Amino acid sequence: MIAAIQLALFNWLADWGAVAIDCIVAIGELTLFAWRTITWTFGRLPRRETLLPSFYQVGVMSLPVVALTGTFIGMVLAVQSYYQFRELGLETRLGAVINMSLVRELGPVLAATMLAGRVGSAMAAELGTMRVTEQIDALTSMGANPIHYLVVPRVLAMLMLIPALTVMADFMGFVGGYFYSVIIIGIDKHFYLYNSQVFVGSWDIFCGLFKSVFFGGVIALVSCHQGFYCTAGAEGVGKAATAAFVYSFVMILIIDLVLNIGLERVYMTLWPDAMVSIGGG
Amino acid sequence: MMHARLEADDARPLIEVDDLLVQFDGQAILRDIGLSIPRGETLALIGESGCGKTVLLKSLIGLVNPTHGNVIFDGQDIHRLNDRQLTQQRIRFGFVFQNAALFDSMTIGQNVAFPLKQHTNKPLSEIRDIVFRHLKEVGLPESVVWKKPAELSGGMRKRVGLARALVLKPDVVLYDEPTTGLDPIMSDVINELILRTRSKYPVTSIVVTHDMRTAQKVADRMIMMYPAARLKEAEPQILYDGRPEEVEDCPDRRVTQFVRGEAGERIEEMGAFTGD
Repeated sequence: MIAAIQLALFNWLADWGAVAIDCIVAIGELTLFAWRTITWTFGRLPRRETLLPSFYQVGVMSLPVVALTGTFIGMVLAVQSYYQFRELGLETRLGAVINMSLVRELGPVLAATMLAGRVGSAMAAELGTMRVTEQIDALTSMGANPIHYLVVPRVLAMLMLIPALTVMADFMGFVGGYFYSVIIIGIDKHFYLYNSQVFVGSWDIFCGLFKSVFFGGVIALVSCHQGFYCTAGAEGVGKAATAAFVYSFVMILIIDLVLNIGLERVYMTLWPDAMVSIGGG
Repeated sequence: MMHARLEADDARPLIEVDDLLVQFDGQAILRDIGLSIPRGETLALIGESGCGKTVLLKSLIGLVNPTHGNVIFDGQDIHRLNDRQLTQQRIRFGFVFQNAALFDSMTIGQNVAFPLKQHTNKPLSEIRDIVFRHLKEVGLPESVVWKKPAELSGGMRKRVGLARALVLKPDVVLYDEPTTGLDPIMSDVINELILRTRSKYPVTSIVVTHDMRTAQKVADRMIMMYPAARLKEAEPQILYDGRPEEVEDCPDRRVTQFVRGEAGERIEEMGAFTGD
């Protein structure tokens, strides 16, 4: 009986040990992959003909879906907040709530989530298919470095275009929120805009855009890594595409939390008086 | 003195494989492989699926890293070179992949031009002429340059793969199952192209195949490999190394069975698994 319990305990420990080892190996592989990508990014810029298709895919093709997401998030925020603010007689503050939530949090996170779904999965599937059909081997055999040729353009496209897409999500969220609050509900336009302007500062916009760069980098790296080391067959490609989205999304949430904590500390260090005045009402 | 050194270089084998061991997840795919391939030779590597032929081919240009052993190409150990040196050596090889491995996102013209754009500073007009010339050599019309790989048949894709492999005038051409999945006529077209390539360019060729017609037709020398997992501990993985026309006289039954396409004791082995 005791021997059986001991065996079960050892098996349980061994299972958790295997999971821990797999996690450490995966993090190590991703770190090495990121390091190689960074080295190549700064070592030699890819050619224009490899950069432009990635920029087009990430930037132009994602614009409609990001704009649509931003618009609806703005409107949904207005719908959700209106009844609660009306109870308090603070309807005109809707502009502040909607736009603050958008530029600080929802705009960057939802734009990144949409990109992880649309672009990240596509990157993983594309590179995965290239791996399975030996196109990555062909590239290597012809003396081209696949990290430089395939990964660096995608990472650069994400890093450079995600802030622009976030601005678009923020702007369309503002338009959506304004449309529902002012046109549909009939909140006073002047107070809506005035409160938006007073409460949303350039620091808030900066924080959103700053975070988006990290989101873009992590989506590109995680997705390319999944595709690059994809296992054989259609199943492997499918798994890589799914894993690219799931891991990117988890990483977005973790990075969002860590950066929010860090940015708040920076804000408190730079403008301690502003925090006291808010705290003291 | 210089002349003597050049002659010595020519006499030395172009590719030497020494004591090669490749393991995946602890399982040996290649073990104790030793090979010496002289310049200008056409070698056919035959053997059943899963015996490690493609892994050996990929080891030669560093696409697969060995667990142990060396691959010496023209006096340099491929697996000890830095990235820049390895790239310089890799472009001396042309690799014709099993399913051609053409880049889906590019047109046929861009596929064939890729190595030239990557490694030369030739003007676009010259690159275009070279691409047309190589496509013509493999019997493809100029009109295919604008097509995507998905628009071509399997045989045409293989020919484009061959054109792409030859575009940098390599010293060695590696063919991975060049006739697999093709009809008999297209298989013979590919065989003829391999022969024509050898007569036109001074290349060393290694042809991985399990098509005996291809092996008999194009090769000067034939090597038969056997899956490492099915061998006894002391048995060598290379069962036959000799002239193609003498392979049927090999005393090893596994070789003659493969060459004649006889299942032999495999049927009994399958019965043991299925319980028949």
